[in-house]
Amino acid sequence: MGTLADLISSTLVFSVALIFAALGGVFSERSGVFNIGLEGMMTAGAFGAAIASYYMETDGGATTSSPWVGLVAGIVCGFVFALLHAYATVSLKADQTIVGVVINILAVAVTLYLVKIIFEGAGDTAQLKNVFAKWPIPLLSDIPFLGRAFFNSYPTTYIAYILVPLSSYLLFKTPFGLRLRSVGEHPGAADTVGINVTKYRYIGVLISGALAGLGGATITLTTTSNFSHSTISGQGFIAIAALIFGRWNPYGVFGAAFFFGMAQALRNFLTRFEFSQSIPTEFLYMLPYILTLIVLAGAVGKSVRGPAAAGEAYDPSKR
Amino acid sequence: MEHAVPVVELRGITKRFPGIVANDAISLELRKGEIHALLGENGAGKSTLMSILFGLYQPDEGEILVDGKPQVIDGPGKAIELGIGMVHQHFKLVQPFTVAENIVLGIEPSKGLSINYRQANAKVKELSERYGLMVDPTVKVEEITVGMQQRVEILKTLYRGAEILIFDEPTAVLTVQEIHELMQILKRLSGEGKSIILITHKLKEIMEVSDRVTIIRRGKVVGTVNTAETNESELAEKMVGRRVSLDKPKAAAKPGEVVLELSGVTVAGTDKGKPVVDDVTFNIRAGEIVGIAGVDGNGQHELVEALTGMRPVSGGTIRLNGKEITHASVKDRIKAGLSNIPEDRQKHGLVLDFSVSENLILGSPEQDRFFKGGFLNKSEIDRHATKLIEAYDVRTPDIHNKTRSLSGGNQQKAIIAREMERDPQLLIAVQPTRGLDIGAISFVHDRLLQARAEGKAILLISYELDELHRLSDRIQVIFDGRIMGEVDPEKAQDDEVGLMMAGKMQAGKGASA
Amino acid sequence: MNKAADIFNKPSTYIPFIAILLGLLCGGIIMWIGGYDPFTAYGALWKTVFGTRYDFGETIVAITPILFTGLAVGFAFRAGIFNIGADGQYIIGMTAATIVGLKVHLPAFIHAPLALIVGTLCGALWGALVGWLKAYRGVNEVISAIMLNWIALYLSNYVLRDFLVKKGEQKTPNIDDTASLSIGWLSDFMKGARMDWGIWVGLLCVVIFYVLLWRTKQGYELRAVGHNADAAKAAGINIKASFIKTMMISGAFAGLGGVFSVLGVFHYQVVQAASAGYGFDGIAVALLGGNHPLGILLGAILFGGLTYGSSGMNFEADVPTEIVRIVIGSIIFFVASHGLIRTVIQPFFKKRKSRERKGADMNGNVG
Repeated sequence: MGTLADLISSTLVFSVALIFAALGGVFSERSGVFNIGLEGMMTAGAFGAAIASYYMETDGGATTSSPWVGLVAGIVCGFVFALLHAYATVSLKADQTIVGVVINILAVAVTLYLVKIIFEGAGDTAQLKNVFAKWPIPLLSDIPFLGRAFFNSYPTTYIAYILVPLSSYLLFKTPFGLRLRSVGEHPGAADTVGINVTKYRYIGVLISGALAGLGGATITLTTTSNFSHSTISGQGFIAIAALIFGRWNPYGVFGAAFFFGMAQALRNFLTRFEFSQSIPTEFLYMLPYILTLIVLAGAVGKSVRGPAAAGEAYDPSKR
Repeated sequence: MEHAVPVVELRGITKRFPGIVANDAISLELRKGEIHALLGENGAGKSTLMSILFGLYQPDEGEILVDGKPQVIDGPGKAIELGIGMVHQHFKLVQPFTVAENIVLGIEPSKGLSINYRQANAKVKELSERYGLMVDPTVKVEEITVGMQQRVEILKTLYRGAEILIFDEPTAVLTVQEIHELMQILKRLSGEGKSIILITHKLKEIMEVSDRVTIIRRGKVVGTVNTAETNESELAEKMVGRRVSLDKPKAAAKPGEVVLELSGVTVAGTDKGKPVVDDVTFNIRAGEIVGIAGVDGNGQHELVEALTGMRPVSGGTIRLNGKEITHASVKDRIKAGLSNIPEDRQKHGLVLDFSVSENLILGSPEQDRFFKGGFLNKSEIDRHATKLIEAYDVRTPDIHNKTRSLSGGNQQKAIIAREMERDPQLLIAVQPTRGLDIGAISFVHDRLLQARAEGKAILLISYELDELHRLSDRIQVIFDGRIMGEVDPEKAQDDEVGLMMAGKMQAGKGASA
Repeated sequence: MNKAADIFNKPSTYIPFIAILLGLLCGGIIMWIGGYDPFTAYGALWKTVFGTRYDFGETIVAITPILFTGLAVGFAFRAGIFNIGADGQYIIGMTAATIVGLKVHLPAFIHAPLALIVGTLCGALWGALVGWLKAYRGVNEVISAIMLNWIALYLSNYVLRDFLVKKGEQKTPNIDDTASLSIGWLSDFMKGARMDWGIWVGLLCVVIFYVLLWRTKQGYELRAVGHNADAAKAAGINIKASFIKTMMISGAFAGLGGVFSVLGVFHYQVVQAASAGYGFDGIAVALLGGNHPLGILLGAILFGGLTYGSSGMNFEADVPTEIVRIVIGSIIFFVASHGLIRTVIQPFFKKRKSRERKGADMNGNVG
């Protein structure tokens, strides 16, 4: 039992960043905009967190709050790239897939460029001394099994616990959510009742950038303690897979991201066991991806339909 | 009838699009409480004019006065503020949302931060009872009938306090019964003081329910008359500009061998279990046109898809010239002599980004002729295209232009050219004259009758009863996936067909409860 | 207007040029913000690419892989599929060629072509997997390709580590000389640059791309599916087979890139922690080139030249090599946002015939 709880706990470490990014994707796609640029926005977030925390540590002096500053900086950086994405896709009506690819290229390039300038040619930022430590929640963490599994984690995990139901409430119970979803399902209908399609799509994309940035920052501040070109390598795309898997629903996305995180955690987990010595390490690395393919090919595959109007720029003249 | 300040007045409205003047100095006034019909053919400019009134477009010239005051309507929001509401032809409803959600969208009643669903549902119920527009606020729009969806559209405008309602071709998708109900609703609304503009090209409805009619032809107003002082043929003449008769001399039917045979054809529905095509059995012989009458959504689509091979058949058999094709591939059916003029020409009939000549060989069974050894035989393809566009009057400056550049009518003619030229055994035509002007409609009808004379078997699906009556030798009526009965167009009464279309009666079985 | 002016006035022609200029401008601004001198940097770039014969040769070496992946992505786009998996197909092609190059021993005139064919076929099959999953399992091709990219990486590392690489080392021994596709005399001529058959086969592939898509029946059907799958299906075209064929051809192109990387340039393969990313660069190249074979060729030349030249920029002007990716990203951004360019450029072209008129205000004045 203890090991299962540990497995869940370490799964959460891998999943939380994915959850944030995928949640962001939900908002964006629900408003009608594909966001393939989650990878780039996560990169920006990881970068922002590393840089801001570093400066807080060295210049600012404040040490325990520096990770929090980093977190906020990460959100802001993701937001900035989302602004670019929104401008290009919503205002300029550029192809959403292409813009997403561009965001990925630019975010990685710009962040690494800045790292090399700031850190005099080095390819990665300095190791942060103050990152998030695990906070057991008083009382809750003492619950047998559940406490060890779910309530003995980083602050960012707890933020995720709050954001998931919050997102669900926002999307499905508030006027904001109703209007956002209408813009993604039938922008013509929304437009003719006076809803500003542009505004809601901007909001959807900007939220996705902020959340993806939060996801990237989480990785820096809980796992790697610095930023380099390999900090974010593929998580953004897995977040997209989680988004589709989770049917564009916050709770579904949580489950899907948890699944992917578990596949990764399993890899480390299995090394505890004897038999894993005889499996080539590469196969363990492949595990999450093969599992994903099997699940997608087997069950989910067929009738997966996203928001009806996602992927197309809204053209008022075609109402 | 008051002759006070008109509730809406359009003065000299002009709107231009590239290459065309959609509205040319149009002036029109709407009086309070009247039902004012706006009559014109497809493309005459009625929808554009109303879109301007509703704020979807801005006029290039002219002005709009509401209650005597000039207004700039820069968007639907402004129009709604002024009390103008529009019931669109293509509903602007969010399918996965409930009826209430659709109606309150944008002005949702709230309790703190959440939507107050109880209040929303209650308000919707109250409104629906007041105007006799019965709906269930809690049902998802994607699960209700088209008639009910239209009521939701109407309620949307009333919820926002619309005093002026614009109805854009409201009866296009309704059953005969629902049309009747709508006419009652219109009269009731007008009785309550609402002013209504009814855009339509259906003469019968205009005569039944409107107070005045404004006729528009090619962007200009031809005249405004009191309905009581005119009649259908006069209106038709004004609409088209000349005496038109679409009645064609039809040689007596000389049906030959059975070409198409459907036996108990059944197509499974969605998870709900009810089949969407239910035990359909009928024949079509060479040299005859069999029409299928029915309101959109009663299984015609699926029946055609089952025939063309786009949808699997779960029961029964289909035979073409004796050969069974029930589960044959699309390709094999084309080879066996089946041609199809699809309902949605842009979705299923053409690849718009292909050139005209490339589209004219799409799906062709003559592989060797157009593809020599795997390569495109350009000269033959071009020769074929040139021949076709001449024979079928497809207007395009160059066969290498993208098909996107052709007008709707010419795109349709291109498809007809391609499908007919293949000399099919069975020709399926679904809404072949949709969106075409009178001249093109006449052309298409000629062609269909010519094919009939040449001994082809033709299955005609149309939502225009007139068209079916004119062209068919026999008419099958479909409702809810089942064939309700067969009628002889010469002898059938409209309401007989109408009742069958609404599922009420089966020929030879007497009226059911 | 005469023909030449016509071509240059068509948006599809002048927009890429303007986009390139704007992209270089963006790069310059970012360099300037970072405290570098853009002029020295761009000068160094130019010198590096066109400087010596060696440089020119190595630029071609940089262009070749992304020409192949660009063709792969572009071809798939034309048939309606976004092939984000060119990376994995490249790796698989490369690994297969390595295996044949090391483990099979044959005379030269068989060995090299065999390695090439096996590599290409394996890349094609890896691509076909994506097509099959899409056709018969409805799996979104973006996700499956991403998954397969990672699987390809780890799979190739496994093969290398367990069968080909000696314990403790990171790279395989050199392939047999008989499997080599380098061109010795040309390499000497280019002062040591690693010349091989790659670019020539690449140019051949550009032609194949064109002929296949626009002159054959298969290509006609693939294009139909790419433009309008519904109409294609209604015309009897087998959509499922189409997806698989497209991805096979696309995977073959990408695989060829990997093949030449090992048989022509390096002669060995290395265990990699992450992929070199040629597949993703291929996406950029395809987008730059408008998914047209000629455009892709030009895009690859631009991209390859910039990438190779960036080392010179780094060396002489101290500029981090990432700047080149920023330039490329910006160029694609401007190409994609051509609406923006058009609004800025419009005033310079007075004779525009069919322009949308703005609505009149209430006094009848046109805006």
